[in-house]
Amino acid sequence: MPEALDTTAKEKLPAAEPATVPVPVDAKPEKARSLWSDAWDDLRRSPMFLISAALILLLLVMAAFPGLFTGASPRDGDLSNHYLGAANWTNFFGADWFGYDVQGRSIWARMVYGARASILVGVGVTVLVTIAGTLIGVLAGYFGGWLDAILFRLTDVFSGIPFMLGAMVVLTTFTERSVLVVVLALAFLGWTTIARVARGSVITIKQADYVTAAKALGASTSRILFRHILPNAIAPVIVVATIALGGYIAAEATLSYLGIGLSGVSWGIDVSAGKDQLRNAPHVLMMPSVMVSVTVLAFLMFGDAVRNALDPKMR
Amino acid sequence: MGRYVARRLLQMIPVFLGSTFLIFCMMYALPGDPVRALYGDQAIDEAQIAAIKQSLGLDQPFMVQYWNYLTGLFQGDFGTQIASQQPVADVIADAFPITVRLTVFAFLFTVVVGITLGVIAGLRPNTVVDKSLLVLTLLLISVPSFVLGYTFQYVFAFQLGWVDPNVNDPENYGQLLLPAVVLGSLSLAYVARLTRTSIAENLRADYVRTAVAKGLPRRRIVGIHLMRNSLIPVVTFLGSDLGALMGGAVVTEGIFNVRGVGYTVYEALTRREGSTVVGIVTLIVIIYLVCSLLVDLLYAVLDPRIRYA
Repeated sequence: MPEALDTTAKEKLPAAEPATVPVPVDAKPEKARSLWSDAWDDLRRSPMFLISAALILLLLVMAAFPGLFTGASPRDGDLSNHYLGAANWTNFFGADWFGYDVQGRSIWARMVYGARASILVGVGVTVLVTIAGTLIGVLAGYFGGWLDAILFRLTDVFSGIPFMLGAMVVLTTFTERSVLVVVLALAFLGWTTIARVARGSVITIKQADYVTAAKALGASTSRILFRHILPNAIAPVIVVATIALGGYIAAEATLSYLGIGLSGVSWGIDVSAGKDQLRNAPHVLMMPSVMVSVTVLAFLMFGDAVRNALDPKMR
Repeated sequence: MGRYVARRLLQMIPVFLGSTFLIFCMMYALPGDPVRALYGDQAIDEAQIAAIKQSLGLDQPFMVQYWNYLTGLFQGDFGTQIASQQPVADVIADAFPITVRLTVFAFLFTVVVGITLGVIAGLRPNTVVDKSLLVLTLLLISVPSFVLGYTFQYVFAFQLGWVDPNVNDPENYGQLLLPAVVLGSLSLAYVARLTRTSIAENLRADYVRTAVAKGLPRRRIVGIHLMRNSLIPVVTFLGSDLGALMGGAVVTEGIFNVRGVGYTVYEALTRREGSTVVGIVTLIVIIYLVCSLLVDLLYAVLDPRIRYA
């Protein structure tokens, strides 16, 4: 609702200007508030955004510098610690905080080192999907005609394939599965949602008066696309992309859990390793599970907050 | 109406061909040779391998194989499994009813519980009830299904002993309950959120005020006026969801040892049984396409303003 925007703007003014100033509204001519500055004002005051941003920051640091959080190695184990119990609270951030897995490796170390793979896959897929989907959606939406027919049919074909099953099939064709391979596989199947959203958004915007005006002034197609259409059509794309990021992290964990995701250190692999001892040593499975869930939750909350800020209608 | 359905059915053809072609390409690109794998450690007889490949048509070029597969498909022939020599159609016929039962169970759970929760929260926007539903669904969405599956298995089967950890008898609905709840939980969260948003938005609509002013009973306002208008986005989601549920069954069936389609696909993938994988994915694609057609037809039922010429 547009009213919602207006009320927030009115509420802000008295707080920003001291009551002693006689002409509070006209004293400081308000800058033209763009969608983005409005959204940023909303975000700064949203507790959900602040909490999720703090969590994401922590995860990013963990992914970049895992050595800060643990001194233990995620790969070297001491077999005498085989399935040693969970949660020794006295040794904060030490190696045996969460116990040990089947090979006597520190579970906490594996949780910390697993962050890098998840974050890289999540961010990588989102970036690729956003670029590819926006490109395809904008081309289809702006030019229409046969290009739209072909691209849209292609989108239909790709969205007809079930995401998880398709990803499983694509990934089994690779024997070495690095982060890049997983990112490419998920992006290969995942771009369709963004393409649809971008196409719909472009179709609405290309009828706007300012686009007609730009055309009448003789602006080139690329100028219209990049200066007029794209900046105005991108908001819904960003909303969908931020929310999807958490989903891609969950997808990576699921594929790794099935044994067709990453090869290396990953939370999904650890869950899969713990599943056979669920009855006797539940901590082996639960700790990486909690880690995946918290990470996905952080990104989902972040996406929700961004959506609320960019699209006040959804409130 | 008839013409619309005919047009939609025609439009499905290229999508169907494209999806099966993609999956076929991927299976063709799989490393490893399923025929050679039959021999294991034994000495390999090249002549015999060539004979098996010829009988299965695996020595043909890619496009010929795809063409043969398609023509077979239209005659109900899904090909033959390499290792067991069983027709893929039989394998699917064994596994499919189990997954259909599980999926329909999960789907019903999603619809009934999801819409109920969504309506309860949507009618009281921004109250404690509404806020707690938003938090609960956010948690459900962020927990991957394998995590939820093992957590439920640990709590309800191992700790409380209420249910069996594994499904021994896929005809037994009591045993299927836990896997169905796990499978449906993600969709449940989405359905609840969509219903909630839609109801909360329509609550302010003029027609609701008119209905209240007319003095209609609350049950009629909510059940007829509000629900019918609010369910369109939910129905859209549910239509695309049935195919996704079947795809997601891979994980759930693995956890609870259900011998359904997901289990079979996973087995086939690890054994490089291309024909089985392509067959099952093809079926799921068809189900997805039919569901999305049904959804579009349902729009007209829910909203009489939508008419298909």
